[in-house]
Amino acid sequence: MAAFAYASPIEKAWYYLHRLICGAVLLYLVAPILVIIPLSFNSVPFFSYPMPGLSLRWYEEFLLTDRWQGALHNSIFVAVSVTLLSTVLGTLAALGLSRPNFPWRAAVMSLLISPIIIPVVITAVALYFFYADLGLVNTYTGLILAHTTLATPFVVITVTTTLIGFDHTLTRAAAGLGAPSVTVFFKVTLPLILPGMISGALFAFLTSFDEVVIALFVAGPEQRTLPKAMFSGIREEISPTITAAATVLILLSITMLTTVELLRRRSERLRGIRNT
Amino acid sequence: MVTMAAQIAGRFDSVPLRAQLQRVERRRKLKAFTLVLPLLLFILIAFAFPITRMMFNAVHDDTLLALMPRTMAALSGWDGKDLPDENAYAALAEDLKQAWAQRTTGAIGQRMNYQLSGVGSEVTSSARKASTLSGGPYKATMIEINPIWGQRDIWSLLKRGSSAYTAYYLLRSIDYQYDSDSKIVASPPDQSIFRDAFLRTLGISVGVTVATLLLGFPVAYLLATLPPRISNPLMIMVVLPFWTSVLVRTTAWVVLLQQHGLVNDALIALHIISQPAELIFNRLGTVVAMTHIQLPFTLLPIYSVMKTISPSHVRAARSLGAGPFYAFWKVYFPQTLSGIAAGCLLTFILCLGYYITPALVGGPSDQMIAYFIAYYTNEQLNWGMASALGFILLIATLVLYYVFNKLVGVDRIKMG
Repeated sequence: MAAFAYASPIEKAWYYLHRLICGAVLLYLVAPILVIIPLSFNSVPFFSYPMPGLSLRWYEEFLLTDRWQGALHNSIFVAVSVTLLSTVLGTLAALGLSRPNFPWRAAVMSLLISPIIIPVVITAVALYFFYADLGLVNTYTGLILAHTTLATPFVVITVTTTLIGFDHTLTRAAAGLGAPSVTVFFKVTLPLILPGMISGALFAFLTSFDEVVIALFVAGPEQRTLPKAMFSGIREEISPTITAAATVLILLSITMLTTVELLRRRSERLRGIRNT
Repeated sequence: MVTMAAQIAGRFDSVPLRAQLQRVERRRKLKAFTLVLPLLLFILIAFAFPITRMMFNAVHDDTLLALMPRTMAALSGWDGKDLPDENAYAALAEDLKQAWAQRTTGAIGQRMNYQLSGVGSEVTSSARKASTLSGGPYKATMIEINPIWGQRDIWSLLKRGSSAYTAYYLLRSIDYQYDSDSKIVASPPDQSIFRDAFLRTLGISVGVTVATLLLGFPVAYLLATLPPRISNPLMIMVVLPFWTSVLVRTTAWVVLLQQHGLVNDALIALHIISQPAELIFNRLGTVVAMTHIQLPFTLLPIYSVMKTISPSHVRAARSLGAGPFYAFWKVYFPQTLSGIAAGCLLTFILCLGYYITPALVGGPSDQMIAYFIAYYTNEQLNWGMASALGFILLIATLVLYYVFNKLVGVDRIKMG
């Protein structure tokens, strides 16, 4: 819009209209998130403004009742296990895939990424049938394995991204100087891919922590996760405690988003890619 | 030195060196493959195998073959024109006796009930009565026990069960079924729900994809052309929802759109409407919430393509005499097409499988095909039907995934 000084009136009108449309769309994007946070501090169980008073009673209910506490514990336990499993599996695979001339790279890659493309409901039903035979329905193992298949592609993607432009002469130089391959990995490769690994791990954690469809199918009342508790809460009668739970999840997302962004910048700095 | 030695060795004796290099190369490939192997095996066993098996379930059902072996054998020579002969009835009585003793009548009844509703309980009651029979002739006795055994369609149903492979579930998924002569006919109107469900799924997905494109394109353009100082904070407004749980966002839309929700309150306060409008539990609510969730998926690929387009192209077009809109349409827009294809295809693929959002903010007539898959799995316990619907949805997804791979490349999927 450098030529604004001698733009025609239509062009000027279009310029402002474009800004207006963009403002409206951005408002549409953030409004639901911004609206739900204040409501979780409402002192009465209604979802309307103006709020008669502020209180923390919904957070008390969220943090102190067994129903929500158990769900929160389950979610954290499952998500942490999923994060460990998928980070190890995904990082190894990304390292292998990034080696030059890996056989059938495209095909293997699309297979490994497919869990995030195939509709979750299909995965959920297929795993439910599969687990029914193995006795894994309503077990933590079943839920963790199922979430791991969904979470690993994110690790593969993020670590592969950090490995783009990875200078393989560095590892060769270390090996040439006499370092055994384990030392090469921990002293040279790992520090360079660590930002990608941590981003991937955070994605994996969030994937499991937010996942509801698979939990509905393969988890029993014992493994009731936070999203599962929220889902049944919304279906029955939506209570303000759900807005408190949602706010906690939003804060978690913001923390993770910030961390990943900082890691991305660090990774680009490490690899010498300058952000223009 | 090493190169020289290699050259010399190459000149005199090229085969061993090439073989050696090949061996090194092979060892490297093997090492790379070993790293990928754990995940590959995990995905194959814990993901690909169950899904393949589910697809197999859509065409394979050996319940009748396994639980009524004698009847199945006796029916192999039946021409299907009249009622079968005494042999078949004797086999039936024998099978029902055995089923009653082994408590498998429920499974048989359920399997037959899928195809002819209402016969499930008749099968169980016949088995109870047949268990007391001591001897023949069975034909008259069985028909007397329960008149369903005098119906030809029951026998054609049983005959179709003598093959472990059945097209029944897939046919039902596109609103066809077998008649009493085992011919394929259209399902009666009260059971013809699936073609509508598939069309609805397609319709909602197309609608949401178009909406995300129309809303996302201007914002992507703005973000790509503003200086980073301004565009970065705006970008957070796009990425934050992307990172927030789908369930949280759906909850927020329930709060916003319900009858006494914020949107209705605001519209009434502004005197735009006098009565609360129906914003949720219908098509409008479903599309609004789904568009909100999918918008970043469409917007971000377009944005990253737009970032690579040099502003000098449009400036050159302008200086050559093109009007602002002509320059944009002829020079800028065609360069964004690859981003539009990537974003829209991704959104469309993901939309096809939506379950949670329509279930929470849609009405009964807004449920997409994923809802029916869940319904047949959890409530009807008709796994064949769930598998067949899943089969069709999966094939559609895989075809689109293949197109996406060809067009965009799976490597191009980026996070955040």
